Amino acid sequence: MLKFIIRRMLIMIPQLILLSLIIFVLAKAMPGDAVTGAFVSNPNATPEQMEKIRESFGLNDPWYVQYGHWIGKAVQGDFGMSFVHKQPVTHLLESRVANTLLLAAVTMIVTYIISIPLGIIAGRWTDTWADKIIVTYNYFAFATPLFVFALLMLFLFSFILGWFPSGGSVDIRIETGTWEYFVDKAKHLFLPVMSGALLATFGTIQYLRNDIIDTKLKDFVKTARSKGVPEGKVYTRHILRNSLLPIAAFLGLEITGLIGGSIFIESIFSYPGLGQLFIQSIGTRDFTVVTALVMISGTAVVVGTMLSDIILSIVDPRIRID
Amino acid sequence: MANPVLEIKNLRTSFNIKGNYYAAVDDVSLTVHENEVVAIVGESGCGKSALALSIMGLHNLKTTKLEGQVNFKSQNLLSLSASKLNKIRGKDLGMIFQDPMTALNPLATIGRQIEEPMDYHMKLSSAAKKKRTLELLRRVGIKNEQRIYSQYPHELSGGMRQRVVIAIALACDPVLLIADEPTTALDVTIQAQIMDLMKELQNQIKSGIILITHDLGVVAEMADRVAVMYAGEVVEIAEVRELFMNPLHPYTRSLLNSIPSNMEDKKALHVIEGIVPSIQKLDRTGCRFAPRVAWVPEHEHEESPTLHEVEPGHFVRCTCYKNFHFPEEKVGDESYVTTKS
Amino acid sequence: MSLLKVNDMKIHFPIRGGFFRTVVDHIKAVDGISFELEPGETYGLVGESGCGKTTTGRGIIGLNTITGGEVLFEGTDLAKQSRSERRKHVKDIQMIFQDPYSSLNSRKNVLNIIAEPLRNFERMSPGEELKRVQALVDRVGLNPESIYKYPHQFSGGQRQRIGIARALMLNPKLIIADEPVSALDVSVQAQVLNFMQEIQKEFNLTYLFISHDLGVIKHLCDRIGIMYKGRFVEEGTAADVYNNPQHLYTKRLIAAIPEMNPEKRFEKMHLRQAINEEYRTDYDSYFDKDGRMFDLKSVSETHSVAVQ
Ligand SMILES: Nc1ncnc2c1ncn2[C@@H]1O[C@H](COP(=O)(O)OP(=O)(O)O)[C@@H](O)[C@H]1O
Ligand SMILES: Nc1ncnc2c1ncn2[C@@H]1O[C@H](COP(=O)(O)OP(=O)(O)O)[C@@H](O)[C@H]1O
Ligand code: SF4
Ligand SMILES: [Mg+2]
Ligand SMILES: [Mg+2]
Repeated sequence: MLKFIIRRMLIMIPQLILLSLIIFVLAKAMPGDAVTGAFVSNPNATPEQMEKIRESFGLNDPWYVQYGHWIGKAVQGDFGMSFVHKQPVTHLLESRVANTLLLAAVTMIVTYIISIPLGIIAGRWTDTWADKIIVTYNYFAFATPLFVFALLMLFLFSFILGWFPSGGSVDIRIETGTWEYFVDKAKHLFLPVMSGALLATFGTIQYLRNDIIDTKLKDFVKTARSKGVPEGKVYTRHILRNSLLPIAAFLGLEITGLIGGSIFIESIFSYPGLGQLFIQSIGTRDFTVVTALVMISGTAVVVGTMLSDIILSIVDPRIRID
Repeated sequence: MANPVLEIKNLRTSFNIKGNYYAAVDDVSLTVHENEVVAIVGESGCGKSALALSIMGLHNLKTTKLEGQVNFKSQNLLSLSASKLNKIRGKDLGMIFQDPMTALNPLATIGRQIEEPMDYHMKLSSAAKKKRTLELLRRVGIKNEQRIYSQYPHELSGGMRQRVVIAIALACDPVLLIADEPTTALDVTIQAQIMDLMKELQNQIKSGIILITHDLGVVAEMADRVAVMYAGEVVEIAEVRELFMNPLHPYTRSLLNSIPSNMEDKKALHVIEGIVPSIQKLDRTGCRFAPRVAWVPEHEHEESPTLHEVEPGHFVRCTCYKNFHFPEEKVGDESYVTTKS
Repeated sequence: MSLLKVNDMKIHFPIRGGFFRTVVDHIKAVDGISFELEPGETYGLVGESGCGKTTTGRGIIGLNTITGGEVLFEGTDLAKQSRSERRKHVKDIQMIFQDPYSSLNSRKNVLNIIAEPLRNFERMSPGEELKRVQALVDRVGLNPESIYKYPHQFSGGQRQRIGIARALMLNPKLIIADEPVSALDVSVQAQVLNFMQEIQKEFNLTYLFISHDLGVIKHLCDRIGIMYKGRFVEEGTAADVYNNPQHLYTKRLIAAIPEMNPEKRFEKMHLRQAINEEYRTDYDSYFDKDGRMFDLKSVSETHSVAVQ
């Protein structure tokens, strides 16, 4: 088991190297570089001046030297300077990473709190009115574009009803650590989380419903019934255990998906997270920041996949890799 | 004869297909006695599993209509509530399924799965349950029972799993076992082992057994009495020796003649033309087997054959069997007997 | 000259393990088997599942790479030939598969399924092709209009006939039938077996018939090879093997065939118990210290057994 986990983690190394190479090459291929980016606000800079700065930044070195330089620093958490914000990228990311992780984690938890019971109800009592309502809701969750829905939520609950703030992550006037601070944070989170979660339920509900319908007909469920197991226990002990297992395994992937989804949510709710920064930085061609963000989300995907594999190998006795 | 443990009376099991009900088990009556193995044999699609699941109450009642009676311990199982039925299933009634690869929960240990019926039907401490489970594992011929107890199904071979499935069925000393094709998914040598095991266990526990199979070899090895089923109906019932030595219904004889090991080598086997009709397409007037013996002229069939006793204990659903002959069979050809002895 | 001569064929699959998933061992799925097929005969290959029957069949037609030994088809060694050289002979050897439900491409109609092997070898006008396919479809007893239907529209027995028609399309000399009736009901099984016997005469075919059902093998085959763990345990004519089994494993297999006479069931059960007992006491005289079978030794002109 331990061996499998270690091997699975080692596989990440080549994956990450490949990822960073691709990102690096793509960044290089983009028109303009850090220097052009730094001088967009200064139309008076001459080509000679820019060339000099390029030289001093090592931008004229062969690509592999530049790559080595970049990756060496990135590993230590140094992604260089943001030319727009005139401060280290790392510094820029710090508070936002925490905000995005909080948003993603809460969204995920809420998603599961909504989707697992609904999926179970729809799967167990198929073709009842409850199932039909859930399936209809799920159809809307699938068909509604995230940004449209988020804008609608914002408009309704913030502008019209005024129940929730329309932006930010917390009111800066409130002292950190107090009860008010917590409540205010929750208030700020509410709309972004609900907008994300109410639509993100789609996959889990759909999956769970179908899997329960399939599992219901499996032979081992007949075996359980033939033992005299009461219907409720047939579900909790046999059907749900089997159907929920892949959901536990998708956990790792789910969270990476949410980090990706945060781009829209954060911009719409002006929530100071990575997604919002990403959109801003693309607009201002703040390329060191963009590269760092792509690298971070890419790493999250790789780590998430690994987590999924490891969780699956722990919860499913059939996967016992020596 | 011993006491009856199960009496099926005029059982009709119909499935709802696009709004209409079609019977897959059609007016079947059958009695199983203590310590008796009753085999139910027929091609696939004849309604054997539908019958077994009706007795166990395992059909989805939203799409299935059950009529008639299944009397067990002086109550009709078909009219019991789910909770009453759950007191009987797993305790007095044990079921063995066809495919040991799918009949066990992949996520629970073998020990847990055998103990589960005891949770509901026996007041035992967990130590006592474990002790009983290990004993059951030994009884079904598993030697390293301590290890198997904590293993998962995928770690066992098909034959081992089928032994576990049998152990589950036996967990609470049932008085009736229903085995639906218990050896069909197994290799020949494993099949032989499981047959011998079931015979041995039956000798010990003296329960009644309903053995469902499409393999007449398994019937010959295990059954005391045989019911041959075709298209939802019982077409012949007889004691096992009688059935093999003196098969009367054309369907029984056709089945016997289509078995390779029953026929002379290299000689053409009898082919039962056509297929078992689906329950929607089945013509329920006249004799259901008639379309598959196309060479028998119309006037030789009976209009609506009923099951009647031709000798004590030997029932046949046909009166014209005396005239029946195979197309390749010459009239009065003594060499063309159905069993080769 | 024999049509097919398999000489000490071995097919090993690597097992990967350890930290870097290196090859740590081999599954010896087929581990040195030899047999010959005379033209026109039916040779039965029988054994429990996992003993290497399918691998043997696939090895002969080149679907599994042969680790060692020879496969001589009409004198040429297929194992040594390159892919393109092999093609010529592959036309002469066709395979029929066990599962009539998954062995046919469900998105192709019968016409395309049957014509496909031919298209790889010959250019034919669509009209000619249609004629050939129609003739074959008729021969295997399917309706002429069935050539435009899809596999799911047929019953198990009919699908197996489609599989047979596809195999016959290239006029093969040898047909390897891998458990062709194992998934079928007795009555349908009888239909397919009868039919295979008929076309054998008509097309002068040689069969390598693979099965785990000793009843079917006995009914059909002239000679039989019993396989166990990738090796031959015993080989001989049907009479040799069934009436005079020598190896303990063969005896066990034969004793496992259900007894069709209810009167003799206890006799049969006791025979099986006696054989199990013999397994416990005499194991060493049938298997070497690694649990591997000995090489075959002849006991008569037609009969050989793996004993010390
Ligand atoms: N749940 C069901 N719904 C509709 N038809 C069914 C159902 N179960 C079985 N059948 C049909 O009933 C007939 C008998 O099936 P079954 O009892 O499984 O046959 P057997 O066990 O003898 O092979 C078949 O025609 C089958 O298609
Ligand atoms: N491609 C493969 N890779 C690894 N092992 C294989 C492969 N194919 C077959 N085997 C193994 O070889 C053995 C023989 O298999 P097979 O020839 O399919 O047996 P049979 O047809 O007699 O049931 C089995 O243990 C099987 O697991
Ligand atoms: S009535 Fe005709 S078809 Fe039916 S069983 Fe008798 S002989 Fe056969
Ligand atoms: Mg069945
Ligand atoms: Mg095989």
